[in-house]
Amino acid sequence: MPVAEVRPYLVTRNLPHFWCPGCGNGVVLSAVARAFARLGLDRTQTVVVTGIGCFGRADDYLNVNAVHGTHGRALAIATGIKAVNPSLRVVALMGDGDCATIGGNHFLHACRRNLTITAVVSNNLNYGMTGGQYSGTTPAGSTTSTSPLGHAEEGFDLCRVAAAAGAMYVARATVYHVHLLDRYLETALTHQGFSMVEVMSSCPVYFGRYNRLGGPVEMMEHWRKVAVPLEKYWELPAEDREGKVAIGVFQDRPGIPFEERYRKVQEAARGARAGEVTER
Amino acid sequence: MAERVEFWQGNEAILEGALAAGARFYAGYPITPSSEIAELASWRLPAVGGVYLQMEDEIASMAALVGASLAGARAFTATSGPGFSLMQENLGLAIALEVPCVVVDIQRSGPSTGLATRPAQADLMQARWGTHGDHPAVVLAPATVQDCYDLTMRAFELADMLRQPVILLGDEVIAHARERVVLPGSPPACAGRPEPACPPEQYRPYAGGPDGVAPLARFGSRYVFHVSSSMHDETGFPNAQPENAARVIARLHEKIARHAADLELYRTYHAEGARYLVVAYGAAARAARAAVEEARAAGLPAGLFVPLVLWPFPARALARAAADAREVLVAEMSYGQLALEVERILHRDVAGINRYDGEMLTPEEVLAGLERVLTPCP
Ligand code: SF4
Repeated sequence: MPVAEVRPYLVTRNLPHFWCPGCGNGVVLSAVARAFARLGLDRTQTVVVTGIGCFGRADDYLNVNAVHGTHGRALAIATGIKAVNPSLRVVALMGDGDCATIGGNHFLHACRRNLTITAVVSNNLNYGMTGGQYSGTTPAGSTTSTSPLGHAEEGFDLCRVAAAAGAMYVARATVYHVHLLDRYLETALTHQGFSMVEVMSSCPVYFGRYNRLGGPVEMMEHWRKVAVPLEKYWELPAEDREGKVAIGVFQDRPGIPFEERYRKVQEAARGARAGEVTER
Repeated sequence: MAERVEFWQGNEAILEGALAAGARFYAGYPITPSSEIAELASWRLPAVGGVYLQMEDEIASMAALVGASLAGARAFTATSGPGFSLMQENLGLAIALEVPCVVVDIQRSGPSTGLATRPAQADLMQARWGTHGDHPAVVLAPATVQDCYDLTMRAFELADMLRQPVILLGDEVIAHARERVVLPGSPPACAGRPEPACPPEQYRPYAGGPDGVAPLARFGSRYVFHVSSSMHDETGFPNAQPENAARVIARLHEKIARHAADLELYRTYHAEGARYLVVAYGAAARAARAAVEEARAAGLPAGLFVPLVLWPFPARALARAAADAREVLVAEMSYGQLALEVERILHRDVAGINRYDGEMLTPEEVLAGLERVLTPCP
């Protein structure tokens, strides 16, 4: 896609971005900007909401309406925006800390509530901004700055959680699988109801270094090697799934989004008490 | 339209006041003694094209309020002490983003679950200092059911005018009491929040005008804008320069200080020349008023000062009312939070009339407090 078409969606004066060299966040950000450009989104009708952390800074570079909120609350803020103005396109950009950890409860309920919001999760498997501590998706056994002896907990499989909680569209790619990522983002952004795209991202500075995954290039290689298409993943013997990451579309189903259901509630409420309400 | 008289519960009057003020969004999490507000909102709001959302917790509720307000809705929530604690994080977000909204806190006993649902007035300092950082607070406190209606409307007006969350600090007694409420014949027109008029490329969401308040655009309007919980400059984008941070924090405070006259709201009873001045708000003010009337009937020169805006406290009015007082007594349903503020303003010791056992303060207790200062213990 020509750069000229993407540029209107970028705050070019804030570039280059502040992420470390080799960070996967730049890949995710450019995929998001490309998706906006491909869909020709009206910037006045688009709102991006972020939380805190490395990927929480993504809004600094996107030239649409934006809220940089509090840690973990991007989806709760997005919920208020979408609920009062359903014609807006609302996108929440979060890291695994925001989405799966401090914001886990909001994430579950956003999936269930089913407002047409797209969540894009850049999952680098740790807290980069605060120095590489473990998060809700850090795999068991990994080394982080707060699990120096190996992480004792299991990480969430965010896509399976989202699908079980009722999200309409759920897909996972990695920063290596950019074409896949482009396709998933476009589908998510045009889907009715809650959609989520998870992107396995590289944090060479913390997660990569602590777990001896090599530099930026080796981390890209890592994602290429461990990613297995979803259908194949389940065919693997259980012991071979260890360390692998399933990529693909986990859920894609039609459904009635919240906005539509709530319109019915509004009509019913109007009908029931029309007299009394208009009087006041 | 003719004036109308209703017989409402405090919580009902708050909801009706919000609707009359043009509120169209409620996000909350049920908690006694505020639940009636949520229950009524769940069908009254959709009937006027608004939205009621029951969120997963109070943290999410407050966050949703911020989002809804940015999208242009007059937004509110209602809670009680434990829920109010959870809201503090995103109350700070609303202050930092300068997003108008109204938070109703119907106080109940604490700490923690306390005597759940029993009356208390111990969130006064939480309302002022609950969220972290240097920030101003605007807090109104109804003492009657009529106040519940009127002050809720006023809260929305102030929120828009100041671009600041406004807290309505009620209590269980006022929330559940039923009283006569007179509704104005023609509802006062709501001005709504000022919107920018400049060309979109010139819009700066944090360029405070002469009164320190910048007009706030709505997501979905022709303005594309950015708001950030991080320290930001006039453009809304992060700016970590110390000079900028100092300017922003000062402006947040000054925009409230500049509107001090609009914010002064209080009532006095026999305060002129009173030798014994009682200070009380909310439910305690009701008991205090009965006690002061009785004391007057018995020839004791007692008076009462009732702040209706608690933060910023109507300090000059209190100083005037207390000018001739030999004794100042603060009657409250807490161990002594209001007393701290009164002492700070008057630079003198006050006598406390306190109740913190989950029961309402009675007129007899206030009267006993007055008698105690007349005949000090040996
Ligand atoms: S700390 Fe990790 S996630 Fe954060 S910018 Fe650096 S490489 Fe990226």
